[in-house]
Amino acid sequence: MAPEHIVKSFDDELRHLHLVIARMGGLAEEQLANALSSITEQDSSLALRTIEADAKVDDLEREADAQVIRLLALRQPVANDLRQILAALKIAAGIERIADYAKNVAKRAVSLNELPAVQPVYSIPRIGRAAIAMLKDVLDAYNANDAGKAMEVWNRDETLDDLYTSLFREVLTYMMEDARNITPCTHLLFIAKNLERIGDHCTNIAENVYFLVTGHQPGGERPKGGKDVLNVVAPVKQTPH
Amino acid sequence: MDAVPPVSIAESLVQAQLPKLTARRCNVFYGAKQALFDVDIDILPNQITAFIGPSGCGKSTFLRCFNRMNDTIDICRVSGDLRLDGEDIYSRDIDVVQLRARIGMVFQKPNPFPKSIAENVAYGPKIHGLVSSKSEIEAIIQTSLEKAGLWNEVKDRLQEPGTGLSGGQQQRLCIARAIAVSPEVILMDEPCSALDPIATAKIEELMDELRQHYTLIIVTHSMQQAARVSQKTAFFHLGKLIEYGDTEQIFTAPKDEKTQGYITGRFG
Repeated sequence: MAPEHIVKSFDDELRHLHLVIARMGGLAEEQLANALSSITEQDSSLALRTIEADAKVDDLEREADAQVIRLLALRQPVANDLRQILAALKIAAGIERIADYAKNVAKRAVSLNELPAVQPVYSIPRIGRAAIAMLKDVLDAYNANDAGKAMEVWNRDETLDDLYTSLFREVLTYMMEDARNITPCTHLLFIAKNLERIGDHCTNIAENVYFLVTGHQPGGERPKGGKDVLNVVAPVKQTPH
Repeated sequence: MDAVPPVSIAESLVQAQLPKLTARRCNVFYGAKQALFDVDIDILPNQITAFIGPSGCGKSTFLRCFNRMNDTIDICRVSGDLRLDGEDIYSRDIDVVQLRARIGMVFQKPNPFPKSIAENVAYGPKIHGLVSSKSEIEAIIQTSLEKAGLWNEVKDRLQEPGTGLSGGQQQRLCIARAIAVSPEVILMDEPCSALDPIATAKIEELMDELRQHYTLIIVTHSMQQAARVSQKTAFFHLGKLIEYGDTEQIFTAPKDEKTQGYITGRFG
């Protein structure tokens, strides 16, 4: 941490903001883990509790917003203080979205648990683990002011994208095989999409951590998974007989 | 790879311009005590440069080197190479009175002469022999007061004493007085510290207009003011120039820990 301000209450307010973000992050991690367990354990009551818990994250985001507005208006922050406050605002928004996706996964879990299990469901935990790991690591990077660790997460999103594309392909096969698979497989597609989006928000948070620490935006192109889902569903050219 | 910010044509012209003022290895001593240590700086024309730093850091001392105001202090000794448009400010051939006409100064406390508003402005041009006829004097009084943003407020009472104006008006009168001798550089030492926020805003707006024609340096204790008005910021600490760069960079991503500590209020 940077040395303390002469005005101690400024430090208290910054610490409070940091604490709110940390709590949001902890809740989002927990909710994502619970949403995934509610699929693997077929636990719909856990899914329902997870859906309800999202309101807490929303409340904390409002608290973070209010704290940011107060700090900007009353402290006129500059340099690393300014960057810390702006990063907090954007990271809070990112975590709120991640928690929303966790809620969506939980909603799908409730519907999915009422249907006969389909094979691709066993691929969900792998994507889920990758998403949870990214979230956990990016939040650690934020707490530790670690730009290197943030960049490591930023570069890792490719893996999650690839897992998503391969699940997408697998799910399509099952749908084509048996029309009765379409309903559960559609839920799985949305679940996988939500997890993939969580990875995107983690990379955004990583960029904010990098900016907060260094004062610069990370340069260069983020590596993208080579296999895009658009290629998977591209119409096959019909060759005339 | 860091993104390169787009540079407008006007900005690139400014960048290509030669510095208006330069200092190399500037050292200043008050008796045995050294107040400035090897300061190097290039001040660009038509820009506002802010000098910031805690009390006693040497920023005012350095400002006063440029128009040799430190000559008036017996125990003060200045060494190093200071130039205005490449011309040695401390050369034997320099006429200090002429120099101070080219590099004008505005002080912390408004200090109008105990004379009329008109005479305050006309005084400089008269002693420098810049005007001869009455109509020329009247023209210079009007244009100087207009440039200082004061004309509309005082045009009907030019013969009233300058000391009867409000603090902010007095400070703008002092700026008009500095402008009247057609300076190239205006040094401002805490020009707003005795003014209320509205008068301060008027001076800041005026500074922004003045930079079209002049090079300005402002010493200020208000970091917010430095951020608002300047294009370049120099941070001084214990007689040393710690960091000098674009104001935007200094206030968003300072390179030096000391700069960061000072502008964020972590040491004073």
